[in-house]
Amino acid sequence: MLSKDEVKHIAALARVGISDKETEKYQKDISAVLDYFEKLKEVGTEAVKPIGHITGRENSTREDKAEDFENKKDVVKLFPESKDNYCKVKSVL
Amino acid sequence: MILDLHNKLISGEITSVKLTEEYFSAIEKKDSEIGAYLILLKNSALQQAKKADEKIKKGESINILEGIPCAIKDNICVAGERATAGSKILDNYTAPYDATVIKKIKEAGAVILGKTNMDEFAMGASTENSGYQRTKNPVDCARVPGGSSGGSAAAVAGDMAAWGLGSDTGGSVRQPASFCGVVGLKPTYGRISRYGLIAMASSFDQIGPITKTVEDAAIVLSAISGEDRMDSTSAKSGNKNYEDYLSGGIGEIRRMRVGIPKEYLEGLDEKILEKFNAAAEKFKKLGAEISKISLPHTQYALATYYIIMPSEASSNLARFDGIKYGIRINDGYESQSELNLNDNPNNNPNNLPRNLFETYLDTRQYGFGGEVKKRIMLGTYALSAGYYDAYYKKAQKVRALIKNDFEEAFKKVDLIFTPTAPEAAFEFGEKADDPLKMYLSDIYTVTANLAGVPAISFPIGEIGGIGEIRGLPIGGQLMGKWFDEENMLRAAHVFETT
Repeated sequence: MLSKDEVKHIAALARVGISDKETEKYQKDISAVLDYFEKLKEVGTEAVKPIGHITGRENSTREDKAEDFENKKDVVKLFPESKDNYCKVKSVL
Repeated sequence: MILDLHNKLISGEITSVKLTEEYFSAIEKKDSEIGAYLILLKNSALQQAKKADEKIKKGESINILEGIPCAIKDNICVAGERATAGSKILDNYTAPYDATVIKKIKEAGAVILGKTNMDEFAMGASTENSGYQRTKNPVDCARVPGGSSGGSAAAVAGDMAAWGLGSDTGGSVRQPASFCGVVGLKPTYGRISRYGLIAMASSFDQIGPITKTVEDAAIVLSAISGEDRMDSTSAKSGNKNYEDYLSGGIGEIRRMRVGIPKEYLEGLDEKILEKFNAAAEKFKKLGAEISKISLPHTQYALATYYIIMPSEASSNLARFDGIKYGIRINDGYESQSELNLNDNPNNNPNNLPRNLFETYLDTRQYGFGGEVKKRIMLGTYALSAGYYDAYYKKAQKVRALIKNDFEEAFKKVDLIFTPTAPEAAFEFGEKADDPLKMYLSDIYTVTANLAGVPAISFPIGEIGGIGEIRGLPIGGQLMGKWFDEENMLRAAHVFETT
């Protein structure tokens, strides 16, 4: 079972705030799913190459050319906070 | 159904405006009980219907979807309309562009009635995880419609749309189709562009039609598929007319080899097994060659899926951070009290975010629902240093083995036939507290997403009906070879029409 500190660490990595009550719930729920994953240990995979792309599609390239998105106005409108048509970001420190 | 409506529109027996109004009045009558729709697009729908009628009046030829009303899952972007993906974190989000599938159906003249309810970010198998409302199964209102595309399935099953679009990451089109007694198609990975679909797990996600008939599924598929420069995983393989998908009739099935994987029937509910065996018998009578096959890694599919899917989701959902769009909790978001969040952030003693990190934490704590947060954390864990090899990489290797199972099987058979789900529609709350139990609902459907093959669910019977009272629908699932939707659709079409 994951410890409370491990759950809090994962939550911080995932940038999700969790209350103490939630920490206990996730401790239980996530551990239950992780236990279920143990099943995969039974499968021998030493010589197996992991899946890259499922239909085998190779790299898909295009010319590196900037294009104009028509509806900039509505994108700007979606910013929670903006200044002079720029998205305003919270202070980092 | 679509072809019939199309012919009626051309002959003048009905008009698109009348048809659209009829659907809206059906929605008005039933949807306060069913809860399939999150928003209705009355104005634009009627405008489009008028346009179609004018074309018909002038004697111009119309597209097969033209003037026919449909329902769109709320994780597919329609320009200028709200798109929440069932999440409070997108409560105030208006899509600034059309998804490629929407662009295509708009060009085809389809009438969009509204956006439908779903499990938050498509994470769920019952639509109970929606941040907004509960959707009931039109067959039995005490039961869930399945999920995550439960809204679209309920809209089509409840005659509140002629057809619908859903998205399928691990069964989210096929399982609700099975629960509601309609048809659900998940095409080959790459067949349909994902541009404008709010991503959950990008290596599994496919948009798919939910329809009344297999023929309708073929019609919608041919309208929305094809390579798209906006989705670099969309496939080059050419598109087909729906007639080509279905041509051949009953003669086609006589040369088909249909395999039944023994692993899928182990421990299956007897009532469902009975319906399934009867359906297999019907395929045999129609002339298909039925054989037992083995997909030996089936027992590992669910664990593999539930590692890769949250990993991809944790990465995809990192974009919902309160900075670029969507809600921002605490400062800057004025109407948070209207949001009706489960937990009021103002009760949080540390509720004044001062910097970027704290804004992330609060926005995501209160914007996301419990299941979404759980999957983000699971994925973050599986991808974190020290655990990546044991979980994510291991799962991608087992995924290769599962794909290999299908490659081997398709050397011997043309199609694989299984039940769609291990159960009929269950009651509200029945699985809500047991995450693993809910995950088991996907057991027969995830393999098609893991392997990338096309799969379709169609009704094969009902269980528990008495006299006049309708039983609960059961779906059968056909899976085909990569990019061979044809054989799958033909077999299902013949099954359905004979």
